[in-house]
Amino acid sequence: MTTQSPLRATPGALSRQGAGDQVFKWLMLTMALSVIALIFIIGCELAHGSGPALRKFGWRFLTGTDWDPVHERFGALPFIFGTVVSSVIALGIAVPLSIATAVCLTELAPQWLRQALSLFIELLAAVPSVILGLWGIFVMVPWLRQSMFPWLRGALGFLPLFQGPIYGVSLLAGGIIIAIMIVPIITSVSREVLRSVPGLQREAAYALGATRWEVTRIAVLSYARKGLFGAVILGLGRALGETMAVTMVIGNRPEIAASLFAPGYTLASVVANEFTETPPGVNLEALFEIGLVLLGITLLVNALARLLLATFSGPALSTS
Amino acid sequence: MRSITITWCLCGCLWAAQCGALGQMLINGAGATFPYPLYAKWFDEYAKVDPSVRFNYASIGSGGGQKQILEQTVDFGASDSPMSDANLAKAPGRILHIPTVAGAVAVTYNLPGSPRLKLDGTTLAGIYLGKITQWNDRRLLALNPGVSLPGSDIVVVHRSDGSGTSHIFTDYLSSASKEWETRVGRNTSVKWPAGLGAKGNEGVSGWVKQLPGAIGYVELAYVQENRLPSAQIKNAAGAFIAPSLESVTEAMAAATIPDDFRFSMANPPGERAYPISGATWLLVYERQKDPLKGRKLVEFLDWASTKGEAMAPALDYAPLPDILRARILERIKTIRY
Repeated sequence: MTTQSPLRATPGALSRQGAGDQVFKWLMLTMALSVIALIFIIGCELAHGSGPALRKFGWRFLTGTDWDPVHERFGALPFIFGTVVSSVIALGIAVPLSIATAVCLTELAPQWLRQALSLFIELLAAVPSVILGLWGIFVMVPWLRQSMFPWLRGALGFLPLFQGPIYGVSLLAGGIIIAIMIVPIITSVSREVLRSVPGLQREAAYALGATRWEVTRIAVLSYARKGLFGAVILGLGRALGETMAVTMVIGNRPEIAASLFAPGYTLASVVANEFTETPPGVNLEALFEIGLVLLGITLLVNALARLLLATFSGPALSTS
Repeated sequence: MRSITITWCLCGCLWAAQCGALGQMLINGAGATFPYPLYAKWFDEYAKVDPSVRFNYASIGSGGGQKQILEQTVDFGASDSPMSDANLAKAPGRILHIPTVAGAVAVTYNLPGSPRLKLDGTTLAGIYLGKITQWNDRRLLALNPGVSLPGSDIVVVHRSDGSGTSHIFTDYLSSASKEWETRVGRNTSVKWPAGLGAKGNEGVSGWVKQLPGAIGYVELAYVQENRLPSAQIKNAAGAFIAPSLESVTEAMAAATIPDDFRFSMANPPGERAYPISGATWLLVYERQKDPLKGRKLVEFLDWASTKGEAMAPALDYAPLPDILRARILERIKTIRY
C-alpha cells in the first residue's frame, strides 16, 4: 500500500531522524490505530450486550418481521428495510442536488454568489437534527400531506410505490428529511474535490473546442469521479445512522409496505425510541443486537461501495 | 501558563469545597422521566430543609433506573412501572417500591367542533386493535347519543418511544379487553396492531392536533396545555369520568394495593375513579449499605411522602390518598441502615 510509505523511513533518512521524529511517528500511528480500535471495541461491546439474545434468536433475528416486546419475539427485518429504503430515497434526492450545486459553485457561479451559497450550505449543516425534526413535523409533513403527496398519487398513482392512504408521516418523508441533512456534507466534499481538479484539465478540453458542458462532463466530472463517489459514501454513512429527525417524521411502524406513503421504522430510531425505558432483560439485549445490525450494515455498505468503486474506476481514472 | 495552572487549582478547590469541605453528602438517583419535574422541585426544596445533603437525579428513563439500582450504581432508582419478578430476583438485596405520585392518561382526538366524547374500554381497545375504523361506527354512536360523528377514518396515534404512559394505557386496555391482553399485552412498548407512532407526549399531541380524525393518548398535562379535548371514560362502576387529579387520587384509593406496593391502577372499582391512570415509584434497597446515607435517604423519603406530596397538584401530579400514604410511611420505617 502506498499510504504506508511516509511511516517507513528509508535507511538513509533514518540517520538524520531525531528523537522528535520518532515520537511524532509513533504518536501519529497510535492515533490512527485508535480509530480502528474504537470501532472494534464498539463492535465487541454491542456483541457482549446482545449476547444471550444473539444466541437465542440466531439468524431469525435478521429475517423475522415481528417486533413484540411483550411476547419477546424480535425480528429486525422491517427496521433494516426502513433504514435501507429511507437512505436510498435520501441519496436519490441528495446526490443530484449536491453535485449540481458543487458544479455550480466551482465552475459556473460568479465569485460573490459562490461565497454566499457556500455560507448557506454550511449553515444548513449546522442546523441541529432535532430542530429539523420539529420543522419536519410542523411544516414539511403538513405540506407533504396536503399538497405534495396527493399530487404524486395523481401523477404516479399507477405505481404501487405511490398508492395507499396518505398520513404525511411516511418512509418518503423520512427520506426527504435525511436528504436535507446530507446535502451539506455531500456538497462541501464535492466542492473541494472539484476544486482540486487541475486547471490544465479544463484548459486542455477547451483547447480541443469543447463547450462548457463538455468541459465539465469530460474534464472535470470524470476526473473527479472517485472523489465524488467518496463524498456520496460519506453522505450515505450519515443517512444510515441518522436518528432524531427521522424518528419524528417516519411514522415508527415496523412493517414492510410497498408504498412510500406508508409509515416505516429505522434501526437507529427503534434504539433511540425504546432504549431508555426498556428494563434489563431480553428486550434490552434485542436492542443491543439492533445496534450490532446497524454497525454491520454500515460496514457492509461501505465495503460494497469501495468494491464498486474499485471495479468501475479502471486504471484510466487513477491517473492521480 | 502559570495563570492557567492557578485557575485550574482554584477550580479544583471550588469543586472540592462543593463536595467535601462543607460536609455535604451526595445522594445519587436515576430513572423515570415522567415524575422528574416534581422530583427536581422536591430536591430543591429539601436542600432548604436539610442543607447537608444534595440530590443528584438523572432522568434517564425507567429502564435505566431499574438497571442502575440493580447494579447498585445509584442510591435510589425511579420507575413508572413496577419491576418484574425476574429482575427483582437478580437484585443483591430486597428492593422496596415506594409509590410517590400518580398521573392520568387522557384520550384525545381531532374531530370537527371538538365534541365531548364518551368511550369505554372495549370500544377503545377496538379502535386500537384496528377493528373500529370509522368515527360513525355503531359502537361509537351508541356511546355518544346526540353527538354527530363524521364518517371519516379513525387515524390511530400511539407513542413510538417506550414510555410509562404507554404502560398505563396498555395496562388499561388489557384489563378491559381479553383480546388486547392476549394479542398485545401490557408493556412500556408493545407491538401495536394499528396506527402511527409519534415520539413523546408532544409528538402524539402534535399529530392529533394536525391530523383530522386522529385519536391519541397523552399525559393529562398535555391536553390541558394544548387545549385538546379529552374523552370521558367509563369506569368499572359504569360512570363516565373525565381525567383530573381528583379522579386519579380516587382511583388510587379504590385500587387494591398489595403489600409490596407493586400495583396496577387500571380500572379500579371506585364510583368517581378515572380508569386510565398509573403510579410512579422510587426504588430503594431495604438494607442500606452506608449507615449515614441510609439515614438521610429515609429522612428524605419521609419528608417527600408528607410535605412533598403537597407540592404535587401544582405540577399536575395526583397526590397519594391518605390511606396509602400511611401504609407507605410505615414501610419507610422498615428500611435498615
